[in-house]
Amino acid sequence: MSTTTKLDLASPAPAKASPAKPRRGLWGSRTFNFWLFAAPFLIGLIVFIYVPIGWSIYLSFFDARFTVTPDKFIGLENYTYMLTDPKFVGSLGTFTVFAAFIVPTTWALSLSLALLVNRLKFMRAFFRSVFFLPTACSYVAASLIWKMSLFSGVRFGLANTVIGWFGIDNIAWLISPNPPWYWLVIVTARLWLQSGFYMILFIAALQNIPEELYEAAAIDGAKRGWQTFRHITLPQLRATSTAVVLLLLIAAYQAFDEFFNLLDKTTWGRPPLVELYYTALGTEQDYGAGSAGAVILTVLIIIVTLLQGKILGFGRGDESK
Amino acid sequence: MSALSNDNWSRRSIFRAAAGMAAAGTLAACGGNNGRGGGSGSGPQLNQMFHAYGEAGTEQAIKRYAAAYKDASVNTQWITSADFESKLFATLLTKNAPDLFEFHPQIQMVKSGQVADLSDIVNPVKDDFNPADITSHTVDGKIYGVRMIDDPQFFFYRPSLFKKAGVKVPETLDELIEAAAKLTTGKVKGLYVGNDLHAIVNPLIWSAGADTLNAKNEIAYHTPEVVEGLKKMRKLFTSGDLLLGAPTDYWDPSSLVQGLCAIQFCGMWAMPVFQKAFGDDLGIFPFPKTVDSGKQSVYNGGWSMFVNAKGKNVDAAKEYVKWLWIDQKKYQEDWATSYGFHIPPRKSIAATATKLKSGLPAEGVKLFNEFGHFDNIGWTQAMIQASWDVMANCVRKSGDPEKALDECDKTVNRELKKLFG
Repeated sequence: MSTTTKLDLASPAPAKASPAKPRRGLWGSRTFNFWLFAAPFLIGLIVFIYVPIGWSIYLSFFDARFTVTPDKFIGLENYTYMLTDPKFVGSLGTFTVFAAFIVPTTWALSLSLALLVNRLKFMRAFFRSVFFLPTACSYVAASLIWKMSLFSGVRFGLANTVIGWFGIDNIAWLISPNPPWYWLVIVTARLWLQSGFYMILFIAALQNIPEELYEAAAIDGAKRGWQTFRHITLPQLRATSTAVVLLLLIAAYQAFDEFFNLLDKTTWGRPPLVELYYTALGTEQDYGAGSAGAVILTVLIIIVTLLQGKILGFGRGDESK
Repeated sequence: MSALSNDNWSRRSIFRAAAGMAAAGTLAACGGNNGRGGGSGSGPQLNQMFHAYGEAGTEQAIKRYAAAYKDASVNTQWITSADFESKLFATLLTKNAPDLFEFHPQIQMVKSGQVADLSDIVNPVKDDFNPADITSHTVDGKIYGVRMIDDPQFFFYRPSLFKKAGVKVPETLDELIEAAAKLTTGKVKGLYVGNDLHAIVNPLIWSAGADTLNAKNEIAYHTPEVVEGLKKMRKLFTSGDLLLGAPTDYWDPSSLVQGLCAIQFCGMWAMPVFQKAFGDDLGIFPFPKTVDSGKQSVYNGGWSMFVNAKGKNVDAAKEYVKWLWIDQKKYQEDWATSYGFHIPPRKSIAATATKLKSGLPAEGVKLFNEFGHFDNIGWTQAMIQASWDVMANCVRKSGDPEKALDECDKTVNRELKKLFG
């Protein structure tokens, strides 16, 4: 290819420094190498992402009960059904509530953990590992522990034992939706599981803040503590914070395991993915309505992504810090 | 720069090793429980799917029967997850679909051509079956499943606790709520009907003098009596006398056995465990009258074998079902009475099942005959799900029963329209 020769002309190799033979033929072709590296991922993307999306769109216009190869075209009926289904519409509300809970709390908790661990003089590695370890635990396993032993409704559940010391009656944490104690269970489980990971991101960012900034601030008379944190640490963490918030939003959107495992046969506390699972893959096996719901969700995600690009400007490239 | 080249070499070798391991991992993943092999007989390979029974020895029993069959090698998938229906329905759409599986009679499986017509193997012995078990599997004169076991569901209690608290066996829902209150102490809750209350939806409807669907396949559960029953259930749910959030569900005898509750809704299958735990200090009673004009009821659940009509070995699967669940009466009796207690749907086996002839098991059989309601094949999973939502919306959540039933009507009518036009 011509590009190769151009490159050689523009920046000739330092005179015979490398004894390695120049690669020729197929292995030397940039195009070939591009496809060699990109093709596996592209093929994966097409087979596992684009084909299913296309198939979903196709299914959403059919009466697809107990089959994924339907033949009865019903137009937009699935869409009107999903958009008037109180459970599906409610699930969007559930997701909003969940994100409103979990994103700020995880952000605050992981940042505080990072600040604490970062200031440790000794045993830092130990605490870092201890807080990070829950990340390795599966959501299903954690859900079961939370459900069976921490927040079980019987008198020997840990939470009920503790409130029992203060003379408070047993609470069926996951059974009754008012008061909505199930949010406490879901949020604490997820906090425990994911805070450690974001803590590591924050520690890395904290260690990147130049010490000189703090020294300069000290000379200018800034007090250690809140003042330096507010005016130096937080602004310096802006890029990491934005990334963490976005990652947390995505993770919240993908939430499935703990909702599925903690809540049995409810009509509440179901984010969109759980609701669609019950519609399409659960006992209803309505792939048409399920696909229509998935397409609606996809459209919503595209709108939100475009809006946040406009408002936050994230991903425009001028966010180097 | 020998160090560098050495470095390069080792990096490459590490990469190669990693790639090799990844490939090996993929291969190993293929070698796991893939539903092949494991059977003993010759001939075609059959896969059967069962939900995990709670009683010890059941899995071994099913595999033992399969191993004794000579004309095909039968492999068993024992599904331990809580949502057997979802797993079954999803697998039936794939290449790994089982050739035969256990489930309940539901008409959508017939309408979608999922289950094979088994009339030719059942008809010769039709008269030996409990007529209700034939009716519940029949659509347009064809029989689509072979009943293996009938499982009546009722309340278990300890008479000694009743005596101590001065409670008599409740015959109405109000009396049950009252009994639960009297039996509740600091450590023991009065009553357990399962954490999510789904198990008592049907009995509540029947005991209110209503039904799920009527003979013309129209909604029959939306009556003032059922609304009244739901209001009573809400009262019970918020009374603090109901055990909620227990570690095991209603079908598992543990809650009563461990002394978490004084009365438990469970099934005939758990009777041996209860008897072992309490000896003679054990009684049963049917679901009480929801309203005074109603009648006590018992849900006669159970499991049936179906053949996957879209499978590769329909005939071989039918042969196996005939061999085991029609011809092998010894195995059928073993299955019904050796692990948990179930009522054999075959009259000839029920007549010789000595374990069910006396004492409490005989009383269970009496409740089954006197108050029992069998599955309605027109009441499908999506409708069942909608009826569970009613329980969630107006008993667990403080919603209006009328509104919850209206929502249920919407779903059920949509299903009915699709199934019956």
